Amino acid sequence: MTTDVPVLDDEIGVGDYQYGFHDPTDKYVFKSRRGLDRDIVHQISEMKNEPMWMREFRLEALDLFYSKPMPTWGGDMSELDFQNMFYFVKASQGQEKSWDDVPDDIRKTYDRLGIPEAEKKYLAGVKAQYESEVVYGSLQEDLAKQGVIFTDTDSAVRDYPDLVREYFGTVIPSADNKFAALNSAVWSGGSFIYVPKGVKIEFPLQAYFRINTQNMGQFERTLIIVDEGASVHYVEGCTAPTYSSDSLHSAVVEILVKRGGRCRYTTIQNWSNNVYNLVTKRAKAYGDSLMEWVDGNLGSKLTMKYPAIYLMEPGARGETLSIAFAGKGQHQDAGAKMVHCAPYTSSRVISKSISKDGGRAGYRGLVKATHDAHHCKSNVVCDALILDSHSRSDTYPYIEVNHDNLTIEHEASVSKIAEEQLLYLMSRGMSETEASAMIVTGFIEPLVKELPMEYAVEMNRLIELQMEGSVG
Amino acid sequence: MSSLLKITDLHVSVDEKPILKGVSLEIRQGEIHALMGPNGSGKSTLAYTLVGHPKYEVTSGSIEIDGVPLNDLDPCERARLGMFLAFQYPVTIPGVKVADFLRHAVTNIRNPARKEGESLIPMRDFRKELKDRMEELGMDVEFARRYLNEGFSGGEKKRMEILQLAMLQPKFAILDETDSGLDSDAVRVVSEGLRKLAGPQMGVLIITHHERLLEYNVPQFTHVILAGRIVETGDASLAHELHNHGYAAVRQRHPAEAAEEQEHQKVAPKVAAIAK
Ligand SMILES: Nc1ncnc2c1ncn2[C@@H]1O[C@H](COP(=O)(O)OP(=O)(O)O)[C@@H](O)[C@H]1O
Ligand SMILES: [Mg+2]
Repeated sequence: MTTDVPVLDDEIGVGDYQYGFHDPTDKYVFKSRRGLDRDIVHQISEMKNEPMWMREFRLEALDLFYSKPMPTWGGDMSELDFQNMFYFVKASQGQEKSWDDVPDDIRKTYDRLGIPEAEKKYLAGVKAQYESEVVYGSLQEDLAKQGVIFTDTDSAVRDYPDLVREYFGTVIPSADNKFAALNSAVWSGGSFIYVPKGVKIEFPLQAYFRINTQNMGQFERTLIIVDEGASVHYVEGCTAPTYSSDSLHSAVVEILVKRGGRCRYTTIQNWSNNVYNLVTKRAKAYGDSLMEWVDGNLGSKLTMKYPAIYLMEPGARGETLSIAFAGKGQHQDAGAKMVHCAPYTSSRVISKSISKDGGRAGYRGLVKATHDAHHCKSNVVCDALILDSHSRSDTYPYIEVNHDNLTIEHEASVSKIAEEQLLYLMSRGMSETEASAMIVTGFIEPLVKELPMEYAVEMNRLIELQMEGSVG
Repeated sequence: MSSLLKITDLHVSVDEKPILKGVSLEIRQGEIHALMGPNGSGKSTLAYTLVGHPKYEVTSGSIEIDGVPLNDLDPCERARLGMFLAFQYPVTIPGVKVADFLRHAVTNIRNPARKEGESLIPMRDFRKELKDRMEELGMDVEFARRYLNEGFSGGEKKRMEILQLAMLQPKFAILDETDSGLDSDAVRVVSEGLRKLAGPQMGVLIITHHERLLEYNVPQFTHVILAGRIVETGDASLAHELHNHGYAAVRQRHPAEAAEEQEHQKVAPKVAAIAK
């Protein structure tokens, strides 16, 4: 609750959502027509001047997208109109190395989001993606000297073709699901990270995704390769303007953590209430490595996201910490997948969901083990906090194990804020809103304390904003 | 001028069941009052009602501080006017650190006009003050970093209530069996703690079954509550007598209330079983 950081106070007041403002779009470099077909895919590929293999990859994925049915589980996507979206919007000429060179409107947006300031204080590198492409990028010099690559994925296809080609689409094949296929067909932007053997990056690398156009589809594609014994913490934040009609964010994130490596991927998703957030995230963790997803989902209309970890070799560990907050008109269908593909692997999932004002938050999780994955351990804990009687929480834990040489623990709890807790805090001078916010902040504290200080503060602040003026 | 907490002919129901049936009591800043009575007589009900627990419905009568009526105020507003209850059963607030909680509480109480989101008292001053108070109460300062009441022993919880009392310095403090369930060492710590805190700036209402707390904090007034009514008021010697001889004599002197108590216990056998 120690949130005494400078905040963008003057921005608060666009509805309840403080990042709901938008910029003019008349100076954009390129905007595809609405809708999706082969021509659009060709156009994207051409604009990016891509090699042939990537164009073919896209076209093949498009066919897969057409052939795959919409998922019938999860959330309501009946209003999602693929033909009403803009699939490629280029706001500026290219990626800049200095904020001064970023077009004014866009730079101001990032100022309002506090990114340049954060960059100065505690980040090792930044990518700012605005609409379809990255408009700003930086990486500390010493890291570049050690061979660390942190660039946008478009540039990576051109500049590191061998590395990209070796791994792109290997963790999440286009055929994995309808949205992975869609992303594979029209992907643009995203981060490409390579951390060489033994290089440990101390401060986080941050990407910031911003949608500005109404009915925009943002399809970034992120690929992270952590080589043996290396480590990285990557953080992404997301916001969009509040519009009356919908936008779509459908990313694919692929991660490989090699022997003894360590990767933590933190998301603080705070999309506006008109964004469908349908993301496929998966990591492969090799021998004695550690992969961690820290997934904070606060915004969006519908989020369906189940970060997965494939534990490929003995000693691999996977951990997912997930927070979902569903307010009015929001459905957070979040969770985790742990796939034990080798013996002596372990996984842990901690999920905390909060629903209020008619929101719906749920945990959907899978723990799976292959035949030879003996002596594995998995521990899943999911707790839900429901703040009023018209909100909802669901838990769908799935377990697929064909042998019993595996320890799986699963605990779930659902609770309401007890009247006695509110009374206790209020009798110490807390208003009802403050008291509720404090209880909610406490509820997620076991996860928030895993975050670096700055993000913990940000997370608590966002929760408090969500709580404000909505209790009682 | 010292403040006055004035309770006039208070009737309180829980779930439509009348519990308090006309309680009147005046407590001035600087005074110590003891409230005694058998289990189920309504002591905690009075305490909860004073701080504004929503479950306790005031059906008639009034509560005032210096003429300001509290009946329609929520617990937060009452706290900011100087009301404090050391709870008989303090609840756990998982994930909320003692220090964070107290910093919010102290800020709000000292600056009653504070709105949500306005800044808190400076961290450094607060830390120092908290550390001093904790040391005075013989508390390990590590407690400041722990989650509020989570995994605390009975004695630790009660000490935490006294720490809050020390930090918030209310005008009126009600202690609901703060000395129950503690070993004699812990009772001593709590009793000494209260003695240091209670002064001319605090009116205290001590609800207790034991003598120790009252030995350290000698009451000017002792009230006996039976079946929702204050049936007798005396000085410290009354507390002493009740402690030594129990409530048989009181019941004899007030047969009507004793009968009501009997009646009540028929419908609430659980309370009867643990009644003293
Ligand atoms: N929250 C409650 N719900 C139901 N009954 C209650 C509640 N609080 C008090 N009562 C009833 O009111 C009576 C007085 O209880 P209480 O004030 O706790 O007594 P004391 O503190 O003197 O032991 C008892 O009969 C008890 O059962
Ligand atoms: Mg009691």
